[in-house]
Amino acid sequence: MEATPQFLGRNMYGLEDYSADEIMYILEASKAMKEINLRQYKKIPTLRGKTVCTLFIEDSTRTRMSFELAAKRLSADVVSFAASISSLQKGESLQDTIYTLGAMGIDLYCIRHSSPGSPQLVHKYSQKPVINGGDGRHAHPTQALLDIFSIWEHVGNLKGLKVTIVGDILNSRVVRSNLIGMKKLGMDVTICGPRTLMPPNMDKLFGCRVQYELREALRDADIVMGLRMQFERMTEGLFPSLEEYSKHYALTQETIKFAKSDALIMHPGPMNRGIEILPEIADSKQSIIVEQVANGVAVRMALMFLILGGKL
Amino acid sequence: MTTLIKNGNVYLNGKFQTRDILIKKEKIQKIARHLPEKADRVIDASGKHIFPGFVDLHVHLRDPGQTYKEDIVSGTRAAAHGGFTSLCAMPNTDPVVDNIATVDYIQRRAKDLGSAKVYVIGAMTKKSEGLEISEMATMKSGGIVAVSDDGGCVQNAKLMLNCIRYATNFGLPLVVHAEDYNLAGKGQIHGGKVSSRLGLTGLPSLAEEVIVSRDIMLAENNDARLHIAHISTARSIEMVRQARERGAKISSEVTPHHLILTEEACLSFDTNTKMKPPLRTEEDRLACLEALRDGTIDCIATDHASHADFEKVREFDHAPFGIIGLETAFSALYHHLVKPGLLSLERLAEALTDAPARVLDLPPAMLKAGLPADLTIIDLEQQTHFSPENILSKSKNTPWLDQKLWGKVLYTFLDGRITWEDPDAQIS
Amino acid sequence: MQLKSTIMDKAQMGRSIHRMAHEIIEQNRGLEKIRLVGIRSRGVPLAHRLSEYLRLIEGQDIPVGILDITLYRDDLSTISHQPVIRGSELGFEIEDAVIVLVDDVLYTGRTVRAAIDALLDFGRPRQIQLAVLIDRGHRELPIKADYVGKNVPTSREEIIKVEFEETDGADFVHILVQ
Repeated sequence: MEATPQFLGRNMYGLEDYSADEIMYILEASKAMKEINLRQYKKIPTLRGKTVCTLFIEDSTRTRMSFELAAKRLSADVVSFAASISSLQKGESLQDTIYTLGAMGIDLYCIRHSSPGSPQLVHKYSQKPVINGGDGRHAHPTQALLDIFSIWEHVGNLKGLKVTIVGDILNSRVVRSNLIGMKKLGMDVTICGPRTLMPPNMDKLFGCRVQYELREALRDADIVMGLRMQFERMTEGLFPSLEEYSKHYALTQETIKFAKSDALIMHPGPMNRGIEILPEIADSKQSIIVEQVANGVAVRMALMFLILGGKL
Repeated sequence: MTTLIKNGNVYLNGKFQTRDILIKKEKIQKIARHLPEKADRVIDASGKHIFPGFVDLHVHLRDPGQTYKEDIVSGTRAAAHGGFTSLCAMPNTDPVVDNIATVDYIQRRAKDLGSAKVYVIGAMTKKSEGLEISEMATMKSGGIVAVSDDGGCVQNAKLMLNCIRYATNFGLPLVVHAEDYNLAGKGQIHGGKVSSRLGLTGLPSLAEEVIVSRDIMLAENNDARLHIAHISTARSIEMVRQARERGAKISSEVTPHHLILTEEACLSFDTNTKMKPPLRTEEDRLACLEALRDGTIDCIATDHASHADFEKVREFDHAPFGIIGLETAFSALYHHLVKPGLLSLERLAEALTDAPARVLDLPPAMLKAGLPADLTIIDLEQQTHFSPENILSKSKNTPWLDQKLWGKVLYTFLDGRITWEDPDAQIS
Repeated sequence: MQLKSTIMDKAQMGRSIHRMAHEIIEQNRGLEKIRLVGIRSRGVPLAHRLSEYLRLIEGQDIPVGILDITLYRDDLSTISHQPVIRGSELGFEIEDAVIVLVDDVLYTGRTVRAAIDALLDFGRPRQIQLAVLIDRGHRELPIKADYVGKNVPTSREEIIKVEFEETDGADFVHILVQ
């Protein structure tokens, strides 16, 4: 019998802790989960009696819904804790929050927080497995997994695929997690954005190519991923105007021609149509942006199942 | 009361020599090879090393105002535990030490209750806000040894120039925490590989270097004495080196953590690796070590900065900057630098004693008949376990928490009085 | 783990499966609505064998689906190894069909319970029947097989190991002891 990777009770802080085989295993499991999501009755009894807590200290309706739906489809009980309605704003610390939740018998935490490293803190306080749903600009492993899963479903063999990611690299946890995961699976990644939005040493740190010119970056790409451009960056003096940004870095019919003709178009959402990506590109036949969202539920189901699916 | 310390390896004139030391009341009476065993108290220091009491130019005692983190009693006890007998208290307390009353409060309290001599550094600007010059001359008459806005940095070059001129007028050295606020931004750790990797905002080396460069120029122009606190980058050191070669009165200190740790330590998200200036690159660390060896950097200072657990044990970017250092300084440096042969024990001794004393004109920190009996006896063959229970500081925020490091302070004497005695040490 | 005895060899297995195929036809008076569903993993080759005999006897191709029950097990928190999910591949509608669930060994009945649950999530079959090669007793749930290759009384310490040429290289049923 082939050795199956062990996931029981493990944390998903980031993809650096998982081998290429393990990542592929998660993708396989996600495929089985996706099949369930396509059924008429989208629910299975697997995690009956388990309690999953979504702990969102930074607002993100989409990711939270995805996690909650994933847990519910596996029949887990779900409690959700969002900072905007919580006592965290009244000064209760994360530590106290976890102790309180711990008393309610949580089996798994899914956390989104603006501070890098907070999933590790949650684990330290709770001693329960934690899935990182995005910590500051550090990591967003479930997004990377669903991105890679979406590519894998379409293309099959991941090795040697040329991926170009365009936009606000500096502030993107999605990029960091994708770089780690894609690199492990032998993909060839180029990141592109203006110098003010590109942190130093990315090429050495992640083994990717860094490009500042969009057309050059897109050349012969199999996969093109746009990133959300946040308006706040403008006031931080990182670029002068959205128009100017758009002129140089938007995915348009003209710029996308530099990629392969059948290149897949991706975006982690939410999109600023007309800024980093034009509607005709986002809605084109090659776009798999909507699929990404659906796949997010499957990937999160797979992770929850693998982490809780056995002895703890 | 007399104390005789026998057969120790005594740090004398730059080297360790086997000597007996006789202490009478608060002074060293005699240092010689064989002294008659007639004393009220005899300590056999065979195989142990005896250093002049360590001097720390950079301590945050948090008193007045933040005594839940540290106070003069706990801070000086921690100092004694680490072998320190003299320290300089930084003025960023609450209220800020920008007036003679607060200077007076600290001095009186330290004298009455302290386990170390406390020298006060006054604020450079009122409330350390970087807007108006403080009453330096008045504070000087109250006993301050230098001025500093440590924890913050005067951003306005014109004001800094005035501070330099005014302080120099009254013979006060200036201690500079070099940080350009705009370049530093909301930086959490060194702006480099690890910050790119973790997505934490970086504190670039430039934020320090721009100010070091500016202040060296301003000081040099006015023949002022400028001391760069916690220097941390290779380029800052290079600028100090060149200024000294030109004859400028520039001195600097380096912390134990900048000599031992690098940005890589932050990968653990341990908030005890978060301080200002941040842990830098390996090249910077090696430059610090080299400059300490060759004397470009004058001395070692701990930048002891206590923070309570509830402040420090939390999300990385919400935790305050700073770590404690008085108790771990010697062992960490001995363990990581001296024992592996990267730094001589003699240079370490010098950089912790008379070298810092000279920087701010403090009384000499050496072992000599007639001088106050400030000294510490250390066993290099034993380890110290830095567990929370063993740490005397009110706060436990150190990257060496729960570690065992070589070098154990057995006794610390302050004016002939024992301020620290290891529970396992034996007095006969 | 030691071999205690061999209960069936290739010929015996063939005869039993052949007989079970006859029984399926007899019981259902034809194969109109019959669908075979093998439970992963040893139920799958057995289902294919049954399908082959059904074709030989009746000349009809009976589709075989694969059911993965990993996600329906009630012992997730007690099994010591990582469960492997490979997914179900039914390939036909089960609405109104007569499903013959196929597995190699019937023991506590928990696998069959999970399989029924899993199957019902795909739709509403008219009827579910159960075919097993070995029934070794020790039921923990009220479940009974409709077609049995061989009843083998066992003790709980024994392990029944069914091997198929397709998956294991040879046809055998062994009893092993710890």
